[in-house]
Formats: sequence, structure tokens, C-alpha cells
Amino acid sequence: MASMTMTRKPLFATFLLRSPMAALLTVGLLVAAAILVPLSNQLLPPGSAFHVPTHVVSLLGKYLCYALLALSVDLIWGYCGILSLGHGAFFALGGYAMGMHLMRQIGPRGVYRDPILPDFMVFLNWKELPWYWHGFDSFPFALLMTVLVPGLLAFVFGWFAFRSRVTGVYLSIITQAMTFALLLAFFRNDMGFGGNNGMTDFKELLGFNLQASSTRVALFSISALVLAAAYLLCRWIIASRLGRVLIAVRDAESRVRFLGYKVEFYKLFVFTLSGMLAGLAGALYVPQVGIINPSEFSPANSIEVVIWVAVGGRGSLHGAILGALLVNFAKSYFTSALPDAWLYMLGALFIAVTLFLPRGIIGAMPNFPGMAKGWRSLRTPPGVEERAP
Amino acid sequence: MRAYSLRRFITAMALAVAALSPSFVCAQDAAPSADAPVAVEAAPTPDAPPSYEALVLQLGNGGFDDKIKAVETLTATGDARSILVLQAMMDGNLYMHESQVFIAESGARDAKLRNALSNADAGVTAATASRVTVNNRLRGILRSALGALTLFSPDPALRANGAAALFRSRPPEMAEPLAAALAKETDPAAKREMEHTLAAIRVTGAGDEAQRIAAAAALGNYADPETRAILTGLLTGDLSPGLRATVTSSLSKVEGKLAFWGVINNVFQGVSLGSVLLLAAIGLAITFGVMGVINMAHGEMIMIGAYTTYMVQELFRAYLPGLVDWSIVLSVPAAFLLTGAIGVAIERGVIRFLYGRALETLLATWGISLILQQAVRTIFGPTNREVATPSWMSGAWEVVGGLTLTYNRIAIVIFSLVVLGMIALLMRHSTFGLHMRAVTQNRRMASSLGIRTGAVDALTFGLGSGIAGIAGVALSQISNVSPNLGQSFIIDSFMVVVFGGVGNLWGTLVGAFSLGLVNKFLEPYAGAVLGKIFVLVAIILFIQKRPRGLFALKGRSVEA
Repeated sequence: MASMTMTRKPLFATFLLRSPMAALLTVGLLVAAAILVPLSNQLLPPGSAFHVPTHVVSLLGKYLCYALLALSVDLIWGYCGILSLGHGAFFALGGYAMGMHLMRQIGPRGVYRDPILPDFMVFLNWKELPWYWHGFDSFPFALLMTVLVPGLLAFVFGWFAFRSRVTGVYLSIITQAMTFALLLAFFRNDMGFGGNNGMTDFKELLGFNLQASSTRVALFSISALVLAAAYLLCRWIIASRLGRVLIAVRDAESRVRFLGYKVEFYKLFVFTLSGMLAGLAGALYVPQVGIINPSEFSPANSIEVVIWVAVGGRGSLHGAILGALLVNFAKSYFTSALPDAWLYMLGALFIAVTLFLPRGIIGAMPNFPGMAKGWRSLRTPPGVEERAP
Repeated sequence: MRAYSLRRFITAMALAVAALSPSFVCAQDAAPSADAPVAVEAAPTPDAPPSYEALVLQLGNGGFDDKIKAVETLTATGDARSILVLQAMMDGNLYMHESQVFIAESGARDAKLRNALSNADAGVTAATASRVTVNNRLRGILRSALGALTLFSPDPALRANGAAALFRSRPPEMAEPLAAALAKETDPAAKREMEHTLAAIRVTGAGDEAQRIAAAAALGNYADPETRAILTGLLTGDLSPGLRATVTSSLSKVEGKLAFWGVINNVFQGVSLGSVLLLAAIGLAITFGVMGVINMAHGEMIMIGAYTTYMVQELFRAYLPGLVDWSIVLSVPAAFLLTGAIGVAIERGVIRFLYGRALETLLATWGISLILQQAVRTIFGPTNREVATPSWMSGAWEVVGGLTLTYNRIAIVIFSLVVLGMIALLMRHSTFGLHMRAVTQNRRMASSLGIRTGAVDALTFGLGSGIAGIAGVALSQISNVSPNLGQSFIIDSFMVVVFGGVGNLWGTLVGAFSLGLVNKFLEPYAGAVLGKIFVLVAIILFIQKRPRGLFALKGRSVEA
């Protein structure tokens, strides 16, 4: 690894905490969206200029889930220096937990009309529900699992990784191996999660028809509110003493350890929390898109999440949200308008952002009060110093 | 196994036709019934046998039962001329036209027809004649007939192949001719095959007990799944105690041998997979070792190397069609130079601005990989491109009945070791290698001593990418050449590097081969996918024990 000299720099995150403007704006916009979009969809006539069609509401809801995923990645990468290339795994696990509940809700309305077994199990000639499917007919249990399962995986994985001080690119690569292993595992029919096809054809959630526009609008509002809440939670953590230690770990891990902090516990805490948030994002995502399959585990997906954060601004919570929304909006637009060009653009975005905008769009905005920084600090990502000449 | 013996059989037949047809044609030109027939001495001679000509005509004119009778009689006469006719019948190249039997020169509709008896040009094409139909039962009979006819060929290889072909169908009536052929046989390989087939026929036959026991004992000397199937099949039936004991002991002998060759086969498969991993990972290990940079575009360099092979091959096809077998030799330097140049360009254009920021480099190179993939997709299209295996690399080496090693896999194993050896020499005995090692061990100290670390970085990155390109040349032989080629190798190469440890070629070598072997040995028990999952989980756990890999660099700069 190239040697780095550690010089004291002002904490990047402090400006955020000193400027409640950004937080107010983020939460305000999300809450406003949670209220106004449903009103517009349900009350305004379809011809109105301010009417938001249902499919757009679902699309926006999907973006908000991605934003929550980006937030969870930013929490560990931007504030603790842990680059996970496998966060899609936590997202997908949360999604699968929710998908299992939705499958159980189908009941006898499936193609094979089996009251208990989902269609794919009947198709595979299974006679009874595997043990790990029990309990998922209850919504509170399933909801608990959408955070507990990813949280547990993150805890176990982090426990091993951080205790033995696996850091940097090594950690990134084994997170990638983790999601790749899960990808392979979920492709297997024997796992009992629908194999290649995953789970789809969901009917209803808590008795509400998933195809109804009112349900879709409600899911959107819930996503927006959950995102706002998660944002506030992350902000609160970052502002606390714990958050200060996390940022210190990011900037100079060895020094923090020498000062007597148990670095691995701090990392483990924030990694597990981040995994749970990602799981929650997946749980909100599945009812809105109507399908969950193993491709969500693919390593490429997880790397894409990182670029959302990088575009918006690593080390800035609202930046992560902004980045996820912007990149996904661009993706939706260009994959339909110029399908061949999208991968070029995404690739160029990766390169351009790392080269020219290491602090993302938020970092490039010079006008936040209390921020005085020149081009040089703009070119330097948080927590990383210039290489010794 | 079935596919294998079929292949062996087809080869045998092709050889038989090639070897016999000139003499056949000459003989016909001179005198059709001269010295061409090779008599099956022990074959029972039917009273007043129909003539060869009548039998050939019967092949085309009768119903299936007549045809079968004609084939059997032809086999019994042992007339070598019938090989050509029967082979044509088997291949669907036998035609009828105006009550005469003709052989088509090829399977094409406009193939020329020649009279099967006089060899005269019929003046019509296959399209105007009607094909002699063959059903599955007849095909099986034809197969053993051809096998039996070659038993008395002057070429020992053909005799061995004929016996091997008979082994597939094991017609009981062939026991007699086989025994006769065996009595005259001097070639050890042919003798072994004949004994095998004869034992397989006799052990199931209704012969006397002593003969069956001797046959069962003889079968214990062979090691192939078919023999095992015969013996297991026998055990389910009604056997005398003496025979049962012999069959059981033979079966355990066969199974022991099969298990041994199975292990050898697994080792070879593992080494073969390991050499692929090694090729894919060496370049990555070098760049990671020297620069601390994970190059996510490494897989795309492999992919570009494979496409270079394709392009060189197409150039050869267009301009030097005679040398197309050797295009792959030129592909190696071409791929090295092309991907090496791309590597240097990436280093100078992007990576050098990101030193000290390993995680950002990872993202930027991922972006590059997306662009390269899409570029190849735009230029060559999303479908697979076909890279031909040169003739000197196709085929397989048959070690024993249960084990065949394909030449292209062997070539890749050797090639990967040669590449590794050359890299090791470069690292150890060249100035560039010295500088590279110095930068790996202590960048700042190397810089202080006057090594231009920037130039070393650029060249190292070029070298790593160039080796990936060479790996692509090799992988084009065993993998689909498509824009996604690189993606399928990248995670495996990471695993090798992380497992083996960086900055150490030994680590890469040991890492690659142990991962290959473990994968292949897990496969029979866990299945390919589950085996791979186990390996990934095992590596994740292994990293906990040795966060810097199997062969970690030691020194004060490591933790920096």
C-alpha cells in the first residue's frame, strides 16, 4: 500500500452539523413529497399538469429505496472509511424477507392453488414448507426479519473482518466475494427461495392490493418517511461522540486504536446498522417493483451503489440521497432513450467523479455557510491525504 | 464414456475406410473377386452362400429383416470390400437407383454417386436417387459388423479398434470369430482389446461355468465404467457361488482402479482450472503487489486478449489461410502488446492521479471496465465469437480407459507455467524487476534512491495488463469469447490474489493451484455451485486468520 502522511485537517463532517440548513431542506423535501405526491395522484384529475401518474409514483418510490441504500453505504464509507462492495447483499436479503411474506400472502391464489406452499415449491414437488419459511405469514415477524437477517449477516461478517483488522481493498474484495457467494447460493433451487426466477406475482400487503394506485402511493409515502427518519438517525449518530470516533477511525485508524478505543466495536456497530438500513431499503423496494430475484446480489449492483454515493458526495448524508436520485433518474432516462450509451456514461461517471469530484456534487457546491475551501480541498476526498511527493 | 467410445469407434471406421479404400478400388479395377477378401476362418459357412453382389443388392432392396440378414451374411463372409458399403450404409450415404446400389461421395444432396459394385460413376446425384433407410436396430448391427470385419485387418491398430467397437454391442455370435482372431493376434494392444471384448461376451454368455469364471477374472484387469456396469449387472442376476465370488472380486478390482484414475482425473482437472486461474491472476497480483491498486478492468484485459486472438485468426484466414493453425502463436505477442499499451494508457490517463487512494482507483477502474466492455460490444456485437482450436491442440491423450486428457488443457497448463517462469525471471534478473521489487517493498525509499516510481508504476501496470491479454489468448481456447468473458474470471482472480498474498509470485502460484484443486475435489460431493460457495466462504474465513494472504510480505512498509 502506498504510504500516506497523516496531517491534521479540519473534520469535513463538522460543516454539515453546523449547517442545519441542509438537514432541514432534506427532511422538509422528503416529508413534503410524502404528503404532496399522494394528494396529487389521488385528488387531481389525470389531465392536470400537477398530476403524478401512478407508474411515476412507483418509480420515485423505487428511487427512494435506492437512496436509503445509498445512505447506508455512505454511513460506513463516508464516515468510517469502510468501502463495502457487497451492500447489495443486505438490500437483497431484506427484499427476500419481504418477498417471503408477500409469497405467503398469495395463499391459494397461486397458479397451483396450494394454500400453504408457494408456486415454485409445488413446482419442485416439495411437500411441506421448509423450517425457515415459518413465521413469515405474520407481517410483524417478516418486518423484523427484513432488518434482523441482514443485520445478523453484517454482524457476523463484520465481527470476523474487523476483529482481524481486514481493511482497505481486502475488505472491499471479501465483501464482493460475500455477495457473489450469496448470488450463487440463491440461484440454486434447493435453497427454497425460488432459484433463478426468485419471487414475483405478489397480490397484496396487509390486505391492500399491491396493484392499486392507493397502495402504491402509500408505499411511496412510507418510503419517503422512512428515508427521512433514517437520515435523521444517521445524522444523530454522526453528531454524537460515537460519530466523532467513527470519523477519527476513517482518518487515522491506527492512531485511534493507540488512543485506546476499541476500533473494531465502533466499526462493527456502524456496519451492522448500515446492513439493517440496507435491508429495510430492500423490504420497501420489493412491494413496489413486484419482484425479487438473485440478480439483486450481483456484485455489479453493489458497486453501482457506491457510485451513487460518490456522485452525490461521500461523507455527506444528503449527498448520498441526492446522488442516488440523480444517477437513477439518469439511468431510467438514458436506458430508454440511448440504451447503448448508458454503460459508456456510467463508466465515464465512475472515472470523472473519482478524478474530478472526489467530494461529489455536494462537495462541489461552494456556497454553504461556514465553508471555506479551495480547489485543492475539493479535489481531495474526505479522509485521504495527498500522497507524499 | 459413451461419447468417448463412440468417438473411438468413428475414428476406427474413418481409419478403416481410409486404409482400405485405395486397395479396394484397385482390386475392383483389376478383378473384383481377386485377393481382396479376407476370410473369417472360423465363421460358420452357410450352405450355398449367396454371392457378394447379390448380398449388396439385397442391402438396398429388401425390408429391414432382409437387410439385417444381408449384413450378417456379409459379415460372416469376411469380405473386406463390404466394409466400404456397410460404412456408407451406416453414414446414410448408400443409395438405390434403377435397382442398382450406389455410394454417395458425401452427405450433400448434389454428391456424385458411384456404383457400389463396379465403382463406375452413375452420372446422377444423390438428389435423384433414393436413400437406403436404416433404423436403430440395423445401425447397431452395422456397428458390430464393421467391428468384426476389421478384426482381421492387417493393421494392428485397426484390429484393436474393431475389438473395441465390438465391445460396445457385445454380440454373442462374435465370440467365435473373436477367439479365432485372438489366437492369431501378436500385437499386445490389439490382444488386450480382444481379450477384453471376449471376456465381456463370455461372462454374460451361457457358456460353461469355468469359461465364465475365467472371463469374470479377466475383466478384473480392466478399468472402465462399462466393465464396471457389466459386472454390477451380473451381480443382480442369478449366479453360481463360484462365479459370484469371482465377479465380486473383479468388481472391487475394477472399482479400485477406477477410483484411482478418478483421483488422477480430479487432480488434472484441478491443475487445469488452477492454471487458468493462475494466468488470470498473475497480472492482477503484480499490479496489486506493486501499486496497491486493485484493477477492476483486469477482466476486460483478458477479454481484449481473447478478441485479439480472434482478430489475428481472422487476418490469417484472409491473408495466410495455410498458416491459420499457427495464428495463435502470433496472437500471444499481439495480445501482450495491445493490452499492455491499453494498460499504460489507463495508468497514465487515470490511475496516476489517484495514487494513495486505493478505493477510488478501484471505482475508476470499474468505470473503465464498463466502457471497455461496452466498446467491445459495440464493435463486435454481443454474441460469442468463434476462435478455432488449432489442429495441433485438438484431440485428447487417452491415458487409460477411464482417463483422457485434452491437449488444449495440457497446453494451457504448460503455457501458464511458462508465463509464470518468464515473469519470475523478469522479476529476479532484470533491472526493471529489481526496481519493481524495490517499489513494492518500500516506495519512498526506492524513490529516494533514484528509482522513477512513476515510470515503474506505468510499466508495471502495462506488464500486468499485457499478461492479462496473454491469459485471454489461452482462455479463448476453452471459454466463450464474448464481451462478458472478463467478468466471469475477475472475482476468481481476486480470490487467488487475496488468498495467495500480494507481491509474491509463489503466493499466486500456490493460491491458484490450491483453489483449482479444492474446487474440483469438492465438485463431486457438493456440486459445482455449492463447491464454489464453499470455496468463497472458506476464503472469507481464511482472510480472518491471515489478513494479508498465504505468503504475506513482511517488512515495516507493509502496514503503511
